[in-house]
Amino acid sequence: MSLGSALKTGDVAELPSRRDEDWRWTDLRGLIRTLPAASPPGDAAALKPGPFDDLADETVTFLNGRRLSGAGPVVISADASRTIALRFVNQAHGTAHHSALSIALEPGVVLTLLETHEGAGAAYVADVELDIRLGEGARLQRVVLIDEADDAIAVATAEVELGSHADFAQTALTRGAKRQRFETRLRHGTAAKARLDGVYLLGGERRGDLTSEVIHNHLGATTGQLTKGCVRDQARGVFQGRIIVNRGADGTDARMGHHALILSERAEVDAKPELEIYADDVSCSHGNTVGALDEEALFYMAQRGIPDPEARGLLTEAFVGEVVDRIEHEGARDIARAWVAERLRAAQ
Amino acid sequence: MLSIHDLHVRVAEAEIIKGLTLDLPAGEVHAIMGPNGAGKSTLAYALAGRPGYEVTSGSATYDGEDLLAMTPDQRSAKGVFLSFQYPLELPGVPGLTFLRTALNAQRKARGEDEIAAPAFLKLAREKAAALKIEFDMLRRPLNVGFSGGEKKRMEIFQMSLFSPRLLILDETDSGLDIDALRVVADGVNAARAPDRAMLVITHYQRLLDYIRPDRVHVLAAGRIAASGGPDLAHELEREGYDKYSKVPA
Repeated sequence: MSLGSALKTGDVAELPSRRDEDWRWTDLRGLIRTLPAASPPGDAAALKPGPFDDLADETVTFLNGRRLSGAGPVVISADASRTIALRFVNQAHGTAHHSALSIALEPGVVLTLLETHEGAGAAYVADVELDIRLGEGARLQRVVLIDEADDAIAVATAEVELGSHADFAQTALTRGAKRQRFETRLRHGTAAKARLDGVYLLGGERRGDLTSEVIHNHLGATTGQLTKGCVRDQARGVFQGRIIVNRGADGTDARMGHHALILSERAEVDAKPELEIYADDVSCSHGNTVGALDEEALFYMAQRGIPDPEARGLLTEAFVGEVVDRIEHEGARDIARAWVAERLRAAQ
Repeated sequence: MLSIHDLHVRVAEAEIIKGLTLDLPAGEVHAIMGPNGAGKSTLAYALAGRPGYEVTSGSATYDGEDLLAMTPDQRSAKGVFLSFQYPLELPGVPGLTFLRTALNAQRKARGEDEIAAPAFLKLAREKAAALKIEFDMLRRPLNVGFSGGEKKRMEIFQMSLFSPRLLILDETDSGLDIDALRVVADGVNAARAPDRAMLVITHYQRLLDYIRPDRVHVLAAGRIAASGGPDLAHELEREGYDKYSKVPA
């Protein structure tokens, strides 16, 4: 069951519901009574430049679920693009669409994928399915900015498969939507490395859901995960992180951290970190905290003349800054940092 | 400059300051000494406007204005500077970002132009050099991983950067070795000026060997139990606070 299959079959019974443990906090079945009509083609002439255009060798754009140029899987071989901007632009109003793309990295190649989910319409339902495969020793850095419309329902799911010694580093930043979910399902190769980071900044009645599942089946793979979120007003953040270390995956090193700030009384964060370990020789840890801004720090800043909203903004920016600083690509990191600052300022 | 009259302050249902009266003229340095639990830090926090420190009666007038009616950041913009006994660490907030934000917020509140980045860096470099602070320390998150002495030096650095008019030093000597104490005291003494007043809160007389006060007040059981010249500090060092603790309520 998935949003994608519901859109394909037109059957609402295919929508994930609260009866699925993994969708308990993002219940689509309860929300979507009838599936909306299919989105019409968007207006390519009305496309604004994407935030990552200047950094990319090539841009792949999906507009209302339709790919604007090229077809078939994107295969990165030794002589292909090194930086791709991948845009999912939603111009739809009250309609639904589905986008799918496969990306394959041949052994040893390096790719930076700068992805945006852009809401230029309203009340749409958007589903994105990515299939990402990294060959032996390939490296992929994925930075994702999710900026859906307030009243949109948007789900993006990536299936990621790592070859041996492959290296996958991901940072997803979202400001939520009526319902928004970003899901990553990753299968490790031998001695592969994965970093799965996230930031959610939610205000109003927005909801954001960062869910991941990482499976270690082979020897010596590493997973590092750091997600931080800030929720205010009546917003609701969801973090679900599952790491499964199967028998035989000895030498696994997995660390998961999720830390959230709740900035108002009616905001909510639901977190479910899970480690399932069936191998003996592993090193795994997880940490999960939910709290408020430090009142003592706020007073200290006020004593030095910084008014309360500004002090809160600085502390919040510093809080999520730890995640953003882990983005290796300098240009993408600067854009992500500015993205965070802009959204925090707008929230004050 | 600062005139406190019959001040009562309550913290979490308990009255800590019980009718404190104190006059601090411009250009003077007054020491507040007293035993633990006398209300020294409470007085400092109440003057700075810390939430949870509730003034139930009395007044504090600063330059003719009602100090207690201002928010903490307004007091700061008017020149009130509290040097914290335990300066806060701000993870992820680089010192320079914090300092420039604070300085510009104060300037903005006073109706002055913001200071541009190059001019600010020049000013910060000069002030840091004078206090023997490595400039690279200012690029790090404020106070994070700093020693007690480094944190206090950072407080004095901020004091020299913001040029406040009313300085409240809350147990600035605590946790300092003798060299750090000297650096801090030199910084404070350099800040002495005819239009600036200081309230030096301390448990021990030691600090007053370096920062010589014009007046010494003994704070016991929430009020000023005695006042005198600098010699009073030495007397307290010899005889202790016992006789003041027995002042009838």
